[in-house]
Amino acid sequence: MNTRAPSKRLERAFSWLCMGAVAVPIGFLLVLLADVVMDSTSRLGWEFLTSYPSRKPDEAGILPGFIGSIYLVGLTALIALPIGMGAAIYLEEYGRGGRLSGLIEVNIANLAGVPSVIYGLLGLELFVRALSMGRSLLAGALTMALLVLPIIILASREALRTVPRGIRESCLALGATRWQTIRQVVLPMALPGILTGAILAIARAIGEAAPLIIVGALTYVDFLPSTPTSAFTVLPIQIFNWVSRPQPGFVQDAAAGIIVLLTTLLLLSSLAVVLRNRHQKRSV
Amino acid sequence: MRATQSGQRRIRRHQRALMREWLMERLLLACGLLSIVTTAGILFVLASESFAFFSEVGLSRFLFDTQWTPLFVDKHFGIWPLLSGTLLTSAIAITVALPFGLFAAIYLSELAPERVRRGLKPALELLAGVPTIVYGYFALVFLTPLLQTLVPGLAGFNALSPGIIMGIMIIPMISSLSEDALYAVPHSLREAALALGAGKLQTIFRIVLPSAFSGVAAACVLAASRAIGETMIVAIAAGQQPRFTLDPRVPIETMTAYIVQIGLGDTPTGTLEYKTIFAVGTSLFVITFAANALAQRLTKRFKETV
Repeated sequence: MNTRAPSKRLERAFSWLCMGAVAVPIGFLLVLLADVVMDSTSRLGWEFLTSYPSRKPDEAGILPGFIGSIYLVGLTALIALPIGMGAAIYLEEYGRGGRLSGLIEVNIANLAGVPSVIYGLLGLELFVRALSMGRSLLAGALTMALLVLPIIILASREALRTVPRGIRESCLALGATRWQTIRQVVLPMALPGILTGAILAIARAIGEAAPLIIVGALTYVDFLPSTPTSAFTVLPIQIFNWVSRPQPGFVQDAAAGIIVLLTTLLLLSSLAVVLRNRHQKRSV
Repeated sequence: MRATQSGQRRIRRHQRALMREWLMERLLLACGLLSIVTTAGILFVLASESFAFFSEVGLSRFLFDTQWTPLFVDKHFGIWPLLSGTLLTSAIAITVALPFGLFAAIYLSELAPERVRRGLKPALELLAGVPTIVYGYFALVFLTPLLQTLVPGLAGFNALSPGIIMGIMIIPMISSLSEDALYAVPHSLREAALALGAGKLQTIFRIVLPSAFSGVAAACVLAASRAIGETMIVAIAAGQQPRFTLDPRVPIETMTAYIVQIGLGDTPTGTLEYKTIFAVGTSLFVITFAANALAQRLTKRFKETV
């Protein structure tokens, strides 16, 4: 009895300590958001969204960065989604357990751990120089596509794995070929899951700045990109540009830019959640 | 006559289907092979440009000089200032992230009720989803001024503030990987300890944590690798002054921040300055690759013991 009481108290203290280890970082996130929101209020508004950057902080706007981000992400998705799905389908449906797919899997795992700046160096040499695309939207999108491919492949594989084996077997037993089974039965069932993962991967691409700086996205853009070969900037690079200026007015511009970036991310993530929920409801 | 015609048509249709099957499999395989091509591309780009750099500068000047001034008239190409900057910020990050991440993992895996766990886990994961540019802003605009009131002699750009912020960023990585490791320790071990009269704390510290040790270590190494490769936070808040020091109060420059610095300027391609970013990139790649390989080995050992 005597020895129990202090140990119970110690247990409770330890439990509080551990809870604190979860609560403090989450609290930090709230402080971060509150700080950015407070810094941004003076700038945020319709005018900020529809203006071009300027040398005067209270006239600067985010339009080229915002449009650039939308174009870049759209183009990235267009390139990475089919390739990522294709690779996932091969690994799950064709190459299971084979030596070649083992090699591919090891490669994907390693690529997922490569720092994003290194992808920037690859994009600079391969797309900008060797394939002479210049410092264009297309070169940026191709670089980002390589960066997000491992995530898309991983998510697509998980989605494909949720389709029960029995369904594939019944299709094959009815005389369907392998590709017919995949295209007409497996893919439609797995698609919402794949899209959820893809959207989350794309969300990561929206926040990335480093590889695009290396590939040569501009930091001061007063025009909108019109074709895939145009020069461009994106939200995080515009924010970076404002943060690195000494005048305090630009800090508020940066904060407002961060709110635009986070809102875009939030919208994308909610879309992913909605997709996932609908998928779960249907498959039950 | 009619019978053979329809038969031929059927054969042709069958052949076309076979053809399509063959073609689709190759096409999907090509998508998979792209990952190997990407790896090869990264290795080739890094190796060829670094080779050009080292044939001009020489490996010993890179490894044994303690100054990094490739943009000055008096050029030095010693990697140590950039390396010390990278290791310093990453070490600060791990020092912050390890206690938080580990205790959070213990809470989520051993102590929290299931309902609480399901709510807190995604909230903690949110920290990993915040773009690094936002963290960089926070380090420079919020944390550095705050720390300046506490730490005497702290410069406006320093290693401390971005290091701490990077630590917060990688907490979810350590906590979720460690939690998986703790969770994988068989329940029977815990029950055996409790049945022998051990308390909850004793069970956690003497049974569960030691069993999960290599899994937790793998989580830390992976998180460190992430911190080493992190770019925007240090590019914004740590400064651009390569300095061979372990003083967290003064401006420094990391390997990643240097690559960004050159990426921002218009250094003409083919010059020696241009090649430096590939030599630095190669060093970065080698370090993170070694860390990831170590983490993989630790994870494998963990899976074998549990």
